[in-house]
Amino acid sequence: MILLNLTLRSLWNRRASLLLTLFSIAISVALLLGVEYIRKEAKSSFLSTISGTDLVVGARSGPVQLLLYSVFRIGNATNNISWQSYQDIASKPLVDWTIPISLGDSHKGYRVLGTNQDYFRYYRHGDKRLLEFAEGKPFAGVFDAVLGAEVARKLSYQLHDKIVIAHGAAATSFTLHADKPFQVVGILKPTGTPIDRTVHVSLEGIEAVHIDWVGGAKVPGYQISADEALQKNLQPKVITAFMVGLKNRAAAFRVQREINDYKREPLLATVPGVALAELWQAIGMFENVLRIITGFVVIAGLLGMLTTLLSTLNERRREMAILRAVGAHPRQVFLLFVLEAGVLAVLGCLLGAGLVFIGLLAARPWVMAEYGFYLSTWIPDMNDGLLLAVVAVLALLFSLIPGAIAYQRSLQDGLTVRV
Amino acid sequence: MNVIELQNLHYRWQGQSRDTLAIAKLHVAQGEHLFIRGASGSGKTTFLNLLAGILRPASGSLTILGQALQSMDNAARDRFRADHMGVIFQQFNLLPYLSVRENVQLPCHFSKRRKQQAGDMQATTNRLLEHLGLDRQLWERPVTDLSVGQQQRVAVARALIGSPELIIADEPTSALDTDTRDGFLNLLFQEAAVQGSTIVFVSHDPHIASHFPRVVDLRELNQP
Repeated sequence: MILLNLTLRSLWNRRASLLLTLFSIAISVALLLGVEYIRKEAKSSFLSTISGTDLVVGARSGPVQLLLYSVFRIGNATNNISWQSYQDIASKPLVDWTIPISLGDSHKGYRVLGTNQDYFRYYRHGDKRLLEFAEGKPFAGVFDAVLGAEVARKLSYQLHDKIVIAHGAAATSFTLHADKPFQVVGILKPTGTPIDRTVHVSLEGIEAVHIDWVGGAKVPGYQISADEALQKNLQPKVITAFMVGLKNRAAAFRVQREINDYKREPLLATVPGVALAELWQAIGMFENVLRIITGFVVIAGLLGMLTTLLSTLNERRREMAILRAVGAHPRQVFLLFVLEAGVLAVLGCLLGAGLVFIGLLAARPWVMAEYGFYLSTWIPDMNDGLLLAVVAVLALLFSLIPGAIAYQRSLQDGLTVRV
Repeated sequence: MNVIELQNLHYRWQGQSRDTLAIAKLHVAQGEHLFIRGASGSGKTTFLNLLAGILRPASGSLTILGQALQSMDNAARDRFRADHMGVIFQQFNLLPYLSVRENVQLPCHFSKRRKQQAGDMQATTNRLLEHLGLDRQLWERPVTDLSVGQQQRVAVARALIGSPELIIADEPTSALDTDTRDGFLNLLFQEAAVQGSTIVFVSHDPHIASHFPRVVDLRELNQP
C-alpha cells in the first residue's frame, strides 16, 4: 500500500515529463483501439452495403462478379436478362418485390443505373435503411435523374441541372447521348455505399437514349429526337440484373435454386450476404496489415515509456537510498518501477480509450454529412479488453529492465550514493 | 549492555586484493554517543553500510542489540534496519514528493514495530517536529520549501520516530553553518536521550568531535 502511495506521489511529482509519456501511450492505445474499431465498422459496413435484399439475379456468371457489377458498379455484366424472364420471375408467388437494374452507361465516370420507382421503395442498405433524399424527389419523367451524394458534391450539381449521359462505362467517352439530356430532380443523402457514386434514371430513360441505336452503335442518319422518343414504346426489352425481396426469407434457397434452374435462359441468383462475405475474405487482407502496424505503434509508445523510466534512474538514486535507509528491501525498490509502469499503462489505456470514445463522438456528425456513414458509439468488447490487457502486460514486462537496474543499484549503493 | 559488538570484522569488495575494512574490536554501550572520525577513503562508507545491514561482513561477527547481523539474510537485515535503526544522511534526506509530515512517518510504513512504538502517529510526529523547533506551518508543506537546516531537522525526526535503538548519522551537519550545526547537535542529543537511543555519528569534521564524550578515529580502528 505504501509502495502504491509512493509510486503515485512520485509520479505526480514528475508529472510534467510523465505527461508526455502518458500521452504517447494514450495515443498509441487510441490508434490500436481505433484501428480495431474501423476494421470492425468497415467490415460491417461492407457486409451491409446491401441489406434486406434476399437475392440478386443476373445472367449466369459467378456470384462475386454478379455482386460486383450489380451492387458495387465494378466491371460489366456478361449478358442481359430478357424482360420477359424478369416479369416471369417477378410474378412468382413467393416474390414480394423486385428492383430491376439496367447498367451500361455512365456520366463523367459515374455509372448510370436504370431502374424504376421500386428502387426508392425497397432498396435498403446498412441497418435496413431506405434511401433518403437530401433534395428533390424520385424521378417521375423519362428524362429525370436522381444523383448519388458524391456525384452531386464532386460535380457540384444542383436540382434542375441538365446532364448528358455517355455510352459505356469509361470515364472519357466519345459517344454521348447529347441529344437527350436528363434533368436532375433529386439528390440522395450520403449512404456510404456505391449508391453515392451512381446516377439513377428510369428504365424508360435508358431505353429512350438508345432508341435510335442498333447493336450498340449509333446509326448514321437515323435520329429520333427526345420528344419523338417519348411517343414511342419505351418498355425495355432487356435489363442487366434485378434484386428480389421474398415474402419469406426462409424460402431464399428454394427460390435461388428455381432461378438457377430456370429453363428459358441461363440465370444466376445469389444471396448477397453470402457473396459479400466471400468478397470480404478476398479483399480483407489489409485488416492484418493494419493490425501489425498498430502493434508496432504500441510498442513504440511503450519504448518511449521505457526510455523515460531509464532516464530517471540516475536522478532517483537518492530516492532509492532514502527508501533503503528506512528499511525498504531492494525488491520493494524494484516493485516501485513495475508499479510505476503499471500505473502509466493503465492511465494510458484509459486515456486512449477515452480519446477513441470522444473522438468518434466528435467525428460522428462530420462523417455522417461527408460520407453518409453512421459511426456507432464505441463500446469496448472482450477483444478490446484483451488488447488493453496485452498493452498493460507489455508495459510491465518493459518495466522489468529499469526495475532490475534499480534493484542492482540499490544493492550496491546502499545508504551512500556515488553520483 | 552493548548495543553494538564488533569482533574481527572483515569486509572486502569484490575483485580487490585486500580488505577494505578490518576492525578487531568495537563495543558501543546503550545510550552512548559515539563520534567516529573518518576522512574520505578511510572505509567510512563501507563501515556505515555494514553497520546498517546493507552489506554483510565477509568474516567476523557484527552483533547489534544481541542479534548477529552476519548470519541474517538480506531481507532479515532490511527488516532489522527498519525496526531498530534511524539513518540521517549528509543532505537530501527527504523524499521531495512527500510533505514534511509524511517524510517523518515514512519508517512506520516499513516497520510494524516502529509504528507500534510511535503510538498515535500524528501526535508523535507533532511532538517530534515541535521539539525540533520546526514551525507548525511547515509541517504540511512540501519539503522542497524548507532550508537545508530545516530539512536536516526533519531527517532527525524521521530517524527518531518509533524510538529505534540506534541512530546512524552520516555527516548530517556538513551542509550546515556553525551556529545551525551546534543547535542541530544539541537537538539530536536531547531527543536521542529522551528515547534512550544510541548514536553513531560519522564525520570527517574534527570540530564536532568536542561535542561527543567518546571519539574514535576510523583510521586507528581500521587495520587491514
